Amino acid sequence: MTDTMRNTVYFAGVALLIVITGFVQSWNSALFILNFGLISAIMALGVNLQWGFAGLFNVGIMGFVALGGLATVLVSMPATPGAWEAGGGPVVGALLMGAATVVAAGIVLKKMAAGWLRHAAVLLIIVVGFFVFRSLFDPAVALIEDINPASTGYLGGLGLPVVMAWPVGGVLAAAVAWLIGKTALGLRSDYLAIATLGISEIIIAVMKNEDWLARGVKNVAGLPRPAPYEVDLQDSASFIERANSFGLDPVFASTIWVKLVYASLFTVVLVILFILAQRALHSPWGRMMRAIRDNEHAAEAMGKNVTARHLQIFVLGSAVCGIAGAMMTTLDGQLTPGTYQPLRFTFLIWVMVIVGGSGSNLGSVLGGFLIWWLWVMVEPMGLGLMNFVTMGMSEGSALKEHLIDSAAHMRLLTMGFVLLLVLRFSPRGLIPEK
Amino acid sequence: MIDFLNAFVALSNFVLIPAISYGAQLALGALGVTLIYGILRFSNFAHGDTMAFGAMCTILVTWLFQSWGISFGPLPTALLAMPFGILATMGLVLFTDRYVYKFYREQKAKPVILVIVSLGVMFILNGLVRFIIGPNDQRFSDGERFIISVRNFKDMTGLKEGLAFKTTQGITIVTAIIVVIVLFWFLNRTRTGKSMRAYSDNEDLALLSGINPERVVMITWLIVATLATIAGTLYGLDKSFKPFIFLQLLLPVFASAIVGGLGSPIGAIAGGFTIAFSEVMITYAWKKVATYVVPEAWAPDSLVQLLSTDYKFAVSFVILLIVLLFRPTGLFAGKSV
Repeated sequence: MTDTMRNTVYFAGVALLIVITGFVQSWNSALFILNFGLISAIMALGVNLQWGFAGLFNVGIMGFVALGGLATVLVSMPATPGAWEAGGGPVVGALLMGAATVVAAGIVLKKMAAGWLRHAAVLLIIVVGFFVFRSLFDPAVALIEDINPASTGYLGGLGLPVVMAWPVGGVLAAAVAWLIGKTALGLRSDYLAIATLGISEIIIAVMKNEDWLARGVKNVAGLPRPAPYEVDLQDSASFIERANSFGLDPVFASTIWVKLVYASLFTVVLVILFILAQRALHSPWGRMMRAIRDNEHAAEAMGKNVTARHLQIFVLGSAVCGIAGAMMTTLDGQLTPGTYQPLRFTFLIWVMVIVGGSGSNLGSVLGGFLIWWLWVMVEPMGLGLMNFVTMGMSEGSALKEHLIDSAAHMRLLTMGFVLLLVLRFSPRGLIPEK
Repeated sequence: MIDFLNAFVALSNFVLIPAISYGAQLALGALGVTLIYGILRFSNFAHGDTMAFGAMCTILVTWLFQSWGISFGPLPTALLAMPFGILATMGLVLFTDRYVYKFYREQKAKPVILVIVSLGVMFILNGLVRFIIGPNDQRFSDGERFIISVRNFKDMTGLKEGLAFKTTQGITIVTAIIVVIVLFWFLNRTRTGKSMRAYSDNEDLALLSGINPERVVMITWLIVATLATIAGTLYGLDKSFKPFIFLQLLLPVFASAIVGGLGSPIGAIAGGFTIAFSEVMITYAWKKVATYVVPEAWAPDSLVQLLSTDYKFAVSFVILLIVLLFRPTGLFAGKSV
């Protein structure tokens, strides 16, 4: 069997799984899986860029995805009336001031001769800078958060079309990735892992607590959509007519139509990113990346700047995750910082990349769809399994109840087993790198 | 003078005691991470969930004991149950080593592959713990709640500030001291401990001198299981047991191990206390202490809190970054492979 045939069979298989879900459950859930599958595929592409091309171990995907979500709010929501006037200037000023403090401390550290005087100077700059920052920042934040806290209480966004948020999400994620990469790359590989794990927790903490930015855990709901609203479709005479001509119920048809609009938008993004990633992989740059991955010392001896290349690809991969994060928040229609969990947004993506085949873009896309499908379906399947296992037990027994209640936790178990089995018996994944 | 005493009592109550007991928990966790790193040469991401598993087993046995009416007097029953939790965890880590990690060790796989494998183990353990005990908070502490309660302290000293010293905090500190003494005695004085250190320093030389690597690895896992269970149980007793917390604990634990220098046991302890003290001190509202110490006219209006407690992860992270930037091998020069 040739590679092309094998790949076609794989993708046809995943498509079949989704279609079966459509018949057995409902078309809405099938399209839900498809949409999230598309997004997962993009995230997996981003991680594959870092891990597959360059061997960088990033466990902070959740943070970059969340930054994408933040971008959606900052770009697409309308500005809160009066918020900028109330405290926008001082907040921005305070943030710039904070950045200036860090830069100043860095300059002093570089320019001054080592010794206790330098320590004292750096400490002084940081302490003074911190208190100036807080004295500017706190009152401004309080003013912003006072503006109608029940529904706004934040700065709001730029009021631009929501699709514009996708590239912005990528840029935000790239900026943070640069910062992290600059510190942690060039050290041993585990340090990057810990550093990214940390930054992702911090990004989530900031998004949960800085209410002036995006309302924190009060969530921002009702984000603008790139697709029409179901209600509007159901009111539109032409849509009802078209639905009837297909013999469909207008309510059902409207939900399906909206999901299809999203799916086509996401497909466009996925195809563009996939082509770019494929071109990158087969360019001299991609070959150099893989050469660095396989033997850093040899590449260094050939005059390649390994750390700089690593930084480059780390930023690129994180940007892709940021784009996917913005798309996901757009699909959800709301930003809920409380729902970002590392197991779902970091480690699951890793399972996708490993199962699909590290280093292979096509594999990542396949892994994205397949593992997402599994992630969604494990719960009903687990419940079915538990019902089957407990069939013989007496009604109302505590064990039976416990087992059925716990079926929801089958997800993590299954994912762990899938990851370990693939690593052990097929470490190159379903579609191996050529 | 009284003011300074009051300030000191407030400081002890809100900063010193919590930070010392939290530091002891982190140090025990970081010791496990650092031992695995030194001997097996990878960062074990499943460590947080190993702690959760150990604590869970202890809790289950505690409940069993409580239902049988066995108690440990003023001390929590969990201490009686802990040996059983340790045994169960030992079984678990030996099982994962035999069926998961050993394969990659024999292949001489790259450390990063082992890290990813440990991610898989983490998934399974996390799922297992949630499956068995559920994702919710579990309380299992019993016995006396306080060694010194606020009221007793006030009656005793006549000071305005109270001092509470929880039993769990006392137990944490005492246990940690005992465990660390035993561990260092073992590593420095016994033949097996010495062979472990030799293996950690130089694998090839250790093999040449006839040290059995599989035995070293097994003993390491046994020690790590003990440390993880103790750390997990103490943390659960002191705060509360929630499976999700242990995943979040991974960051400060790793930060402690790296700050101290990966692979260095003494560094792990220093790192644990560094992280714990910084976290507590930076997120504590200093108003109370400051009001006693400074003249009345200067008394602060605000809380004098540097960062809100929600950012405590940020503290361990920033310390980690600073150490990575200026001293990548950590305070006690661990290895950097």
